[in-house]
Amino acid sequence: MIRTEGLTKVFRVGFWGRKVTALSYLNLQVNEKEIFGFLGPNGAGKTTTLKLLMGLIYPTSGRAWLLGRELTNAAVKKEIGFLPEAPYFYDYLTAHEFLRFYGGLFEIEKNLLKGRIERLLEMVGLSDNRHLPLGKFSKGMLQRIGIAQALINDPRLVILDEPMSGLDPIGRREIRDIILKLRSDGKTVFFSSHILSDAEMICDRVGILNRGKLINVGRLDEILEARLKYIEVIAEGVGAEVVSKIDKGVMTAGDRIIMRLGNEQQVNEVIELTSKMNGKVISIIPQKESLEDYFIKEVGTN
Amino acid sequence: MKIVVIALNTFRETVREKVLYNLLFFALLMIGSSVLLSTLTIGEQSKIIMDIGLASINIFGILIAIFVGIGLVSKEIEKKTIYTIISKPIYRYQFLLGKYLGLLITLFVNTSIMVIGFFAVLLIMSYNITPDMIKAILLIYVEMMVVTAVALMFSTFTTSALSAIFTISIYVIGHLLGDLKAFAAKLGNPVMVFMMDALYYILPNLENFNIKGEVVHNIALDPSFIVMSVLYGLLYITMILLSSVIIFQRRDFK
Ligand SMILES: Nc1ncnc2c1ncn2[C@@H]1O[C@H](COP(=O)(O)OP(=O)(O)OP(=O)(O)O)[C@@H](O)[C@H]1O
Ligand SMILES: [Mg+2]
Repeated sequence: MIRTEGLTKVFRVGFWGRKVTALSYLNLQVNEKEIFGFLGPNGAGKTTTLKLLMGLIYPTSGRAWLLGRELTNAAVKKEIGFLPEAPYFYDYLTAHEFLRFYGGLFEIEKNLLKGRIERLLEMVGLSDNRHLPLGKFSKGMLQRIGIAQALINDPRLVILDEPMSGLDPIGRREIRDIILKLRSDGKTVFFSSHILSDAEMICDRVGILNRGKLINVGRLDEILEARLKYIEVIAEGVGAEVVSKIDKGVMTAGDRIIMRLGNEQQVNEVIELTSKMNGKVISIIPQKESLEDYFIKEVGTN
Repeated sequence: MKIVVIALNTFRETVREKVLYNLLFFALLMIGSSVLLSTLTIGEQSKIIMDIGLASINIFGILIAIFVGIGLVSKEIEKKTIYTIISKPIYRYQFLLGKYLGLLITLFVNTSIMVIGFFAVLLIMSYNITPDMIKAILLIYVEMMVVTAVALMFSTFTTSALSAIFTISIYVIGHLLGDLKAFAAKLGNPVMVFMMDALYYILPNLENFNIKGEVVHNIALDPSFIVMSVLYGLLYITMILLSSVIIFQRRDFK
């Protein structure tokens, strides 16, 4: 659905035209009917990538295909929906006028458009504000109308730049539900975010971008699989001998001991010792690294 | 078709612009007060009313063209509203031409209102409305079209403020071109002559659209002059729009 080959963007800034590489040699593939999260810290180049894909800026080098076609003809955009970062819209239009105007750009038949506008306003929870000018919208409302305009053409591919930003927890949940619904309708969703918990909940695959370079891409569980943080074992009625075996954290809570073990070998030893001492193992829970841990380790250090 | 969608939205945008009503109000005030001024002055009242009326339509029309035109595209880029437009199935040239067309509709409506005010004053004072007046107004409108195109072109690559300065400069120089060329020829400095000639051909010669003096003083008009002026205007607009499209097509929206 999306493919890029060596996509690169170098900006020139300031009077002397100093070069800033916002994106370097991005090779990316987004498959049909998946939710792909494009993650990275501030300034990683996410927005730059999406703007390149939408033809808002031109690549310094490299190529990109959407739905198998290069973006040079406007017809490709018929099947794509796009929400820019912190979207700005015409202040003087009401929500309803705005969606009608954008529907007009797709030359959608009048009655079809009418029904679709109603459904979209309903879906993003703006039915009651349809006659309010966008200039009077709150940030979250703008984000919602932005989602609505991205879906006005019933697109096969939806590209969203930070769709959850500026929303409260309920709003973010609603957007997640919308994205999941899009997938169940057979659409492909490509969105950027730095709110990792959101991505973790809904993405089939993610790509992680840092300083313009793609540093990892794959299924979330695969990326995190290799990174078992520790195994938490909780036991009761055991003494200090067990504790001496433990290299990570130990906490006591009443007569319980909470241990963080590095590997399964250690877990086995602890279980053995515990049963020898007539103690009781209450739980063994492997703690995987969260995406956030991964992120901070990979991105924070360099 | 998509050009029309953009044009109608642009028209809607400009109609909700306050500066438009202020300018229109002052234009009508000027036209109305021409009656008062004409009674205070010695001379032919009808000429004074015509003079003030046509000049007001011209000046305020141009002001509307500039102050609404400069923001047309640059504001969309500055405010990032263009992001969602360009990501729809529309070519950049369609967006640009739609914007232009929309402003022409606005200008047409505004000019019509001013002209109705002007004609109403003439009728109340029981003066005739002559075909020559219509020709003068037609050329004023062509001049607005040219100035709008120039404003639009600047607006594709620079900020609203700079577009305003550039467009006003071109408007002023555009009216002085003939004089400047003659002045340079008189000085006889070959470099000056060459530069003035170059300017003369590159910049729009806006005096071609000014027949107000002839109309007011009832001097016979050469019909071919009017036809040539209109053709010149259209050709110039085409060139300007073409350059705007080329500039706009290549730029990044950031
Ligand atoms: N128009 C521009 N001119 C110069 N540099 C730019 C421009 N746009 C982006 N950059 C630079 O490119 C880099 C990537 O920016 P980009 O906006 O793509 O990041 P991002 O991943 O979207 O960040 P965020 O999460 O904050 O939105 C940054 O270093 C930024 O300074
Ligand atoms: Mg961004």
